[in-house]
Parts: sequence; C-alpha cells; structure tokens
Amino acid sequence: MPFLSDPERAEVTKMLSGVDSPVRLVFATQTFSCELCGDTRRILDEVVETQPHVSVDELNLVLDTARAAEYGFSGAPAIAVVGTDPDGSEWDPGIRFLGAPLGYEFSNLLEAITRVASREAGLSPASVDKLAHVTKPTTIQVFSTPT
Amino acid sequence: MAIANPHITATVVEATEFPDLVRRYQVTGVPKIVINDSTTLLGAQPEDVFVSAVVAAQDQER
Repeated sequence: MPFLSDPERAEVTKMLSGVDSPVRLVFATQTFSCELCGDTRRILDEVVETQPHVSVDELNLVLDTARAAEYGFSGAPAIAVVGTDPDGSEWDPGIRFLGAPLGYEFSNLLEAITRVASREAGLSPASVDKLAHVTKPTTIQVFSTPT
Repeated sequence: MAIANPHITATVVEATEFPDLVRRYQVTGVPKIVINDSTTLLGAQPEDVFVSAVVAAQDQER
C-alpha cells in the first residue's frame, strides 16, 4: 500500500513541479537494526516518481563506509539532499535528514529539494549578509519529532 | 543557511529515532537547535535570532 494518498501525491507533484535541475537524495540505509529504513526507501521512491529531476542514490551504511563517511552519515536512515552545479558537477550544500522523513520532516524534505534545485535559501537579504561573516565550518542540528 | 553559505551544514534529527543524540545534547523539548555542539536554542526561532546565533557561535570559538 502506498504511503501517499492520491491527493497527497498530487500535492507533492505540485510542490516539486518547479524543480528543473537534478537533485539526488543520497539515502543511507542498513540491513539490520533499522526499523524505518525500509519505510524511508519506499517514501523516497514515491517522491521521485513525481519528479523526473529527483533521484534516489542508496548506500549501505555498513558496507559502503567510504561513501558514508564522504556524506558524514553516522546513523540510518539518513538522507543528503545533493544538487548540481551549473557545470553539471555535484553540489552538496550540507543538508541532511537523520531519521525517517515523516510528518513535519516530510514537508521539510520537499522544501529542501526545491531549495537545493533553485539554490535559493529563502532568507532575507539581511540574513544572507550576516551569514557571509561565517567563514569557519559550522554545524547546525535541529531536533524535531514527526508531530 | 547551508544553501547560503558553503561553511554551514544543517541536519534535521528525528529525535525519537536517535535517543543517543537526544541524551548527548540534552534535548528536553523540540524543536531544539544545536550550533557547533555548543550553542543551543530551544523552541522555534525567528529568522534573525537564528541567523544571529549562528554567526555568534563562530565568534565564540575565536
């Protein structure tokens, strides 16, 4: 049974309709001790079905340690939202989702896809100016729950 | 912010699935924002407050 109802799928299709450059959802999974890895893969599959520019790229956290390290994955399920530079090379802005994208996180994931595709942060010009002062590696973690 | 600045990474953590991280960062409520493992903000924040905290977190480490 699909995760998305027909009206939800229509809404996702609408939200992602503006995506016009390739976005890859790098998905870290593991075979054991990951209750929601299978569900996450199915959700991502349903999302990419709605938008030809969006794809899923699965890696096994346990078996593919080099790629897991490249994306900084330390747990599963996890998703990196990776875009494309104008020259066609990978552009990884450093956006990660740790845990299944359910509830609020699902709409956050869709928003991340559209923003990575457009490279538009959606911040005010004042905020963008302030952030230009950040010149050292900075991590932001936001703890959330599905409801 | 991660899109606006290449030095910034942003991770959304689903708290119920990662209790070890919840313990490490003493997450007592959501949303909780942790910047550079040190600065914390509890509750949803206006954009300017959030951005200022990110910039200030970098200054604290100098």
